[in-house]
Amino acid sequence: MPTLSEADSKELLATFGVPFPTERVVSTAAAAVEAAGEIGYPVVVKLGGDRIAHKTERDFVRLGLGSAEQVRGAADDLLAAATPDDGAVHLLVAPMLQATRELIAGLHDDSQFGMTVMLGVGGILAEAVADVSFRLVPITRVDAEEMIDDLALQALLGPFRGEPAVDRAAVADVLLGLSSAAEQRADIASADLNPLLVVDGRPVAVDALVEVRS
Amino acid sequence: VTDRFKALFEPRGVLVAGASTHPGKFGFVSLHNILACGYQGKVFATNRDGAEVLGIQSVADIDDLPDGEIDLVFVCTPASTNPDVLRACAKKGITAAFIASAGYGEAGEEGLAAQADLVALADELGILLAGPNGQGVVSPPVRLCAQIVGPFPPAGHIGIASQSGNFVSSFENYAQLTGVGVSRAVSAGNAAAVTVPDYLEYYADDPETRVALAYVESVGDGRTFVERLRAVAERKPVRVFDGAARQAGVSRAATVEEGFEVAATFASQPLPRGNRVVVVTTVGGWGVVAADAIAGTDLELAPLADDLTAAIDGLLPPRWSRNNPVDMAGGETRDTVPEIMRLAAQHPGVDAVILLGMGIQSNEAKLMREGPFWPDHGLERIVAFHERQDARYAEAAAEVSDTTGKPVLMATELAVTSPDNPGPAGVRATGRLCYPSANRAVTALDHLWRRARWLDRRGLL
Repeated sequence: MPTLSEADSKELLATFGVPFPTERVVSTAAAAVEAAGEIGYPVVVKLGGDRIAHKTERDFVRLGLGSAEQVRGAADDLLAAATPDDGAVHLLVAPMLQATRELIAGLHDDSQFGMTVMLGVGGILAEAVADVSFRLVPITRVDAEEMIDDLALQALLGPFRGEPAVDRAAVADVLLGLSSAAEQRADIASADLNPLLVVDGRPVAVDALVEVRS
Repeated sequence: VTDRFKALFEPRGVLVAGASTHPGKFGFVSLHNILACGYQGKVFATNRDGAEVLGIQSVADIDDLPDGEIDLVFVCTPASTNPDVLRACAKKGITAAFIASAGYGEAGEEGLAAQADLVALADELGILLAGPNGQGVVSPPVRLCAQIVGPFPPAGHIGIASQSGNFVSSFENYAQLTGVGVSRAVSAGNAAAVTVPDYLEYYADDPETRVALAYVESVGDGRTFVERLRAVAERKPVRVFDGAARQAGVSRAATVEEGFEVAATFASQPLPRGNRVVVVTTVGGWGVVAADAIAGTDLELAPLADDLTAAIDGLLPPRWSRNNPVDMAGGETRDTVPEIMRLAAQHPGVDAVILLGMGIQSNEAKLMREGPFWPDHGLERIVAFHERQDARYAEAAAEVSDTTGKPVLMATELAVTSPDNPGPAGVRATGRLCYPSANRAVTALDHLWRRARWLDRRGLL
């Protein structure tokens, strides 16, 4: 099934209220440096394109770039690493967000139950922790709140290591936005917000991948 | 369609098609159970040779039966003859059939085809088709026991529907053990026409049924299943194993015991308005275990308010815990336990009460009653006192729950180890469940609270 580029995935889900950081899509290293200056350092630079779905596996993500030189170097490397098979590519410049807590959220088409909304605890231990909750699309605000209540690691959602408690209403908004997207866009086959960072208590999706039915 | 379900659960008359003189055959056992359990409607039977079975003069031909007196046919005849049986039954005004016969969907391609044909035929004839390959249907309020196995459970308010007949039996056994009874129970068999959600939808509006208890292995179209269950759950609590979603307001149980006990709790206790529980115990250990169990749920131990603490101070010696769990530390006298239960349940900061430790004195009384010194040395008098006390606790718990509208649960392993103990026996006499452990009472209460919260959040309470 075809996937939308990260930039297009974000654009689509942003219209349903999913919060993303301010980002720029550019095509040259010079434009990347300019964008980074406007966003403010440190930044992340990623190589994107319709045919690039697994950026991390291919080392297409450069984190924590603190200067114009680092951005230029990373941008040059990434553009050079693209192969003809990748088709048209671009550079995505985003602020480097600091977060100790990560969630994941998404849409999945279940063979028995149809479209479902998912919320889970993210991060590198996510698979081992397996703390997730599902509901059938469409969900109500009460359903969204109960999904948050379902998570076993509630301590992670309270005040944590000097950061404020997670804004539950804002997380519920993300889930309701995903549900609306699935309802209104029948061509969405799946969506992944991974990670959905918790920055100053508020959820921000720093990556998005939407699969569409062809 | 509701009328046809009524024909299944409250038939004016029942026909056993394929009655047998052999006491090992379904056609004998089902007729035996219908006759033995006190069904008040007319009972008819067919038998190839027109033999008399259990005092019923059968006929060889359904056409020879009276018109308009029979609502339900219990079919034990071979699959190949069943289309003719259904046609003949329709002519007599029969509108519900429970097919116990095997040889259908469970029996390969040919069976599947026969099953599809039977469904189409029943549909055409206007007959509700339950089964095939099911163990039967019971409806204790009308003393109907049309099933090929025991037991016949006491009448009550739990409506059971299951994709597995064995689970129906398990739940019926628990109903018999605990005295918390059943309104309807049906094994869906192959569920060729009528499926578990169909039964549950009937239970949702059935005045005899307060809670639906279902066992489900596979749901086919999951979305439709959940949407239908949700509609039922808005009207009645539903207990389901395996797979239905919290979104639909369906509580899910992990084990057979939990499923039954939670259903029995829905059938016999009011919903709590909040999650604050007071645990009252005669000795400390049980209270600790109950507190730990509560910590693992959505319930919480209510902090003891000053006025409640002061009121209990007036009833117990100073060694009591002065905290929740309320550990009476053996300081109770004749009226202490009922009074503390009442004080706790009446308090606005308390939503439910769990009482632990009932029946201990009666357990000693049993030893005295059965020992070599009975009835001398004052044994008779003290035994009578203890037994009366434990029975009183059970009555008081029911009365406090009724007057306050709050759940009051009692737990002791004596419910299982010594069910005749006046404590658990007294609880049974009030139509409530005596929980075999504090943990199981907590689990049941947690399900009750989560349902109350689900309804409340959706404006349904």
